[in-house]
Amino acid sequence: MGGQWASAADFLFMGGYGLYVWGTFGVTLTLMVAEPLLARRRCRQALVDAARAEVWKDSTP
Amino acid sequence: MNSGTRFFAFSAPARFYSLSGLLLPWLWLLTIGLAGAGLYIGFFLAPVDAVQGNSYRIIFVHVPLAWISMVMYLAMAFWAAIGWAFNARMASMLARAIAPTGALFTVLALWSGALWGKPTWGTWWVWDARLTSYLILLFLYLGYIALVEAIDDPKRADQAGALLAVVGAVNVPIIYYSVRWWNTLHQGATISVSGGIKMADTMLMALLLMTLACWAYAFAVVFMRARAIVIEREQHTAWVSALAQTGRGA
Repeated sequence: MGGQWASAADFLFMGGYGLYVWGTFGVTLTLMVAEPLLARRRCRQALVDAARAEVWKDSTP
Repeated sequence: MNSGTRFFAFSAPARFYSLSGLLLPWLWLLTIGLAGAGLYIGFFLAPVDAVQGNSYRIIFVHVPLAWISMVMYLAMAFWAAIGWAFNARMASMLARAIAPTGALFTVLALWSGALWGKPTWGTWWVWDARLTSYLILLFLYLGYIALVEAIDDPKRADQAGALLAVVGAVNVPIIYYSVRWWNTLHQGATISVSGGIKMADTMLMALLLMTLACWAYAFAVVFMRARAIVIEREQHTAWVSALAQTGRGA
């Protein structure tokens, strides 16, 4: 660990505030990774649905 | 198969779809780069705070998210109003795309605020003017989402949502000025035009980088969701059919 941190454990301990600091950054990171993945899935699903609608339209007399 | 120019030439949703597709990789690259630099400076170069110890590092997500969630609400109300007033489909779709990300930012600002309040104030939550008016912002976002999803006709849903969003916009200045108008446990502004900046250079640099990272993220994820909404709602158009057939764009 560089800079002001003596070791990785010192870094995780965060001067006694580890629970609060990592609780904040952990939840933020998790949700901010999940949101774009969900948005991407929605986009792909929309394209699949649009393709399916097109096939249905073509096969209807 | 028809040529791309014919499909992308005219309607605003089609133009938005192609333009945002070009921007997205750059926005994500920017998000990761800025967040990486901001976190490095925030955790390794910014010194420990004399009063708050290392708990102050929560500021690097708390302040950007809280600030952007308020601006995003105004942006959502703006696009909803434009969509309503000028019957502009793309504007209404943008308003809908902004809402979930605004709500997420609000939840995260409340969450980080609670985790910061506990060690510094001794409580997770207090019903002071800043926290209460900010909680109402979350309810406004959730109310907007529930309303537009509950009405089947997209056009009527957009109109009802616009009314709620515009009326609710009154809450944003209340949140902003709450720390001045009332005696709150929440502190006043650390960065202001009149009072200057009351923090160390490295702390400020980390805060600025994290703010820019959150902006880039907000644009990127809102564009992604708006693209999905465009495809869902413009399914009947020739350009979406062609896009779906070729499987491009995801």
